[in-house]
Amino acid sequence: MSIVAENLSWGVRRKTIVSDVSLTVAPGETLGLIGPNGSGKSSLLRLLAGLRRPASGRVEINGRDIAQVPRKALSRQVAFVQQSAATDTNVTVADVVRLGRTPHRSALAGWSEADEAAVAEALDRVGMTSRRKQAWQTLSGGERQRVHIARGLAQAPQVMFLDEPTNHLDIHHQIEILRMVRDLELTSIIALHDLNLAAMFCDRIVVLQSGAVCACGTPEAVLTQQTLRDVFRVSAHIDGSADAGRPHIRFSAG
Amino acid sequence: MSSDTSEGGAGRLALFLCLSVVVLTLAVAAATAIGDYNIALRTVFLSVTNKLGLTGAEIAPIEQSVVWNLRLSRALVAALAGAGLAICGAILQALLRNALAEPFVLGVSAGASTGAVCVIVLGIGAGSLSLSLGAFAGAFAAFTLVALLSNGATSGPNHTILAGVAASQLFNALTSYIVTTSGNAQQARDVMFWLLGSFGGVRWPDFQLLLVVVIVSLAICIWMARSLDAFTFGDEDAAALGVPVGRIRLVLFGVTALLTATIVSMVGAIGFVGLVVPHAARYVVGPLHLRLLPACAVVGAVFMVIADIVSRVIATQQTVPIGVVTALVGVPFFAVILYRARPQT
Repeated sequence: MSIVAENLSWGVRRKTIVSDVSLTVAPGETLGLIGPNGSGKSSLLRLLAGLRRPASGRVEINGRDIAQVPRKALSRQVAFVQQSAATDTNVTVADVVRLGRTPHRSALAGWSEADEAAVAEALDRVGMTSRRKQAWQTLSGGERQRVHIARGLAQAPQVMFLDEPTNHLDIHHQIEILRMVRDLELTSIIALHDLNLAAMFCDRIVVLQSGAVCACGTPEAVLTQQTLRDVFRVSAHIDGSADAGRPHIRFSAG
Repeated sequence: MSSDTSEGGAGRLALFLCLSVVVLTLAVAAATAIGDYNIALRTVFLSVTNKLGLTGAEIAPIEQSVVWNLRLSRALVAALAGAGLAICGAILQALLRNALAEPFVLGVSAGASTGAVCVIVLGIGAGSLSLSLGAFAGAFAAFTLVALLSNGATSGPNHTILAGVAASQLFNALTSYIVTTSGNAQQARDVMFWLLGSFGGVRWPDFQLLLVVVIVSLAICIWMARSLDAFTFGDEDAAALGVPVGRIRLVLFGVTALLTATIVSMVGAIGFVGLVVPHAARYVVGPLHLRLLPACAVVGAVFMVIADIVSRVIATQQTVPIGVVTALVGVPFFAVILYRARPQT
């Protein structure tokens, strides 16, 4: 499922947050969105997922303008995983993943076998099957993130958007989550802070600066000393790492 | 739908609902039998079946009249009011994602009080119908103010609750101002009594109106129950699950306001039912709204009917305002919620 964004702009009051962004994502691709704080990563992600309406420009998913697609139909194609979602309600892991079936169910329809199968498969995919009856409140940060990804998977989407899914996780869980997302047969678009993780797991990377795309391409092409200096204001040394085409960044303390 | 919930959930819900309906029937019967003048349960039963044309038993006309014209309508209105307030509480707790939300956080009761006071003290209009209309108008004025202040409740739960607090303060101040500057002692007493709620004076037409409003509201809410579940992790998350957030929120806030305003205009501002009952019901049937809403309706109904009985028997020769009874039960419960919701250290 391909995604095409054309000249997207969005802002709050007079402040422009996303300005004239165009990009294309190929089916099955894992695209990383990187950029400093306030560069518009989260906002762009929401525009692409159809959670916000652009002030101008358009987003097409599989050739259809998403502004023309009803909310519910869109949610059967597109899943969005927020960063550190939380609730006070006492729900179980299975309850949360079942919410992912919301766009597939009519108001009073019963719980179908297809729904149950989708939930079971999603839980299995993130390795949380044995925890399905556990209270969500008692999960660790990494487990909650996995449950939310499972919920996204239960939507049976073709595209998944993830907003900094590795925030607050230890390095093991960061790598585990991103490996899991990369291995899904989905088009995925991930906003990330950690440049090395972006280099390790993304097919292509878009670098945002002040709401505009300032570089786009393979990790090797994008993560250069000059980009790091100009956009992220750090000096760094870049190694060709063990994996071909996956640069490794060593920041210098200056 | 059995796997829609935790294991064995549907059976438990069905059992719970059946039990509650039985308890509700008994409570209504008790409420009809108990009073200054006690009437035997058998007489209550026969009066009702007589009226429905099922039996032709000999019953003293006075008892027949007390049962049918005074107590049964009162008990049924109490049941509906309890059900309605509990549903409103459950809806608002879900939409505002706040465990302490209840119908009156949106300033609806304060607005209704101001409207009622305008009628009682300033004498705008006359008679009980205009008292209800005044309360209804006040409730809706408060709701509109909150909707404007919170930008149609799109500015986030805390913002909406703050707007409700502001509206409550404003309308309470207006009420006090009107009472202190224009009222006499008797009017002040009337107002206070009305504010604390009373089922005295409700009749069959009230029941019929409230029955329609409660059934329609409950039907709309159950229709949207799945969408309410999707609000568990917030508005944006609900949108990502395909829920038309703006429309659902508008409709459900509207239903809540209409239901609360109707109830308040009939029986006054009865607090704490909307807060207490959803928590109790959630404890038994879990957080999913397709189960929670019917459970709230029956538990709220039972709670209110029993509170009404208590209010009539707790002090001899007089009726304690129903709001006093619900608060006496509600406040300790509120304290428990606060205690349990405290940050874990």
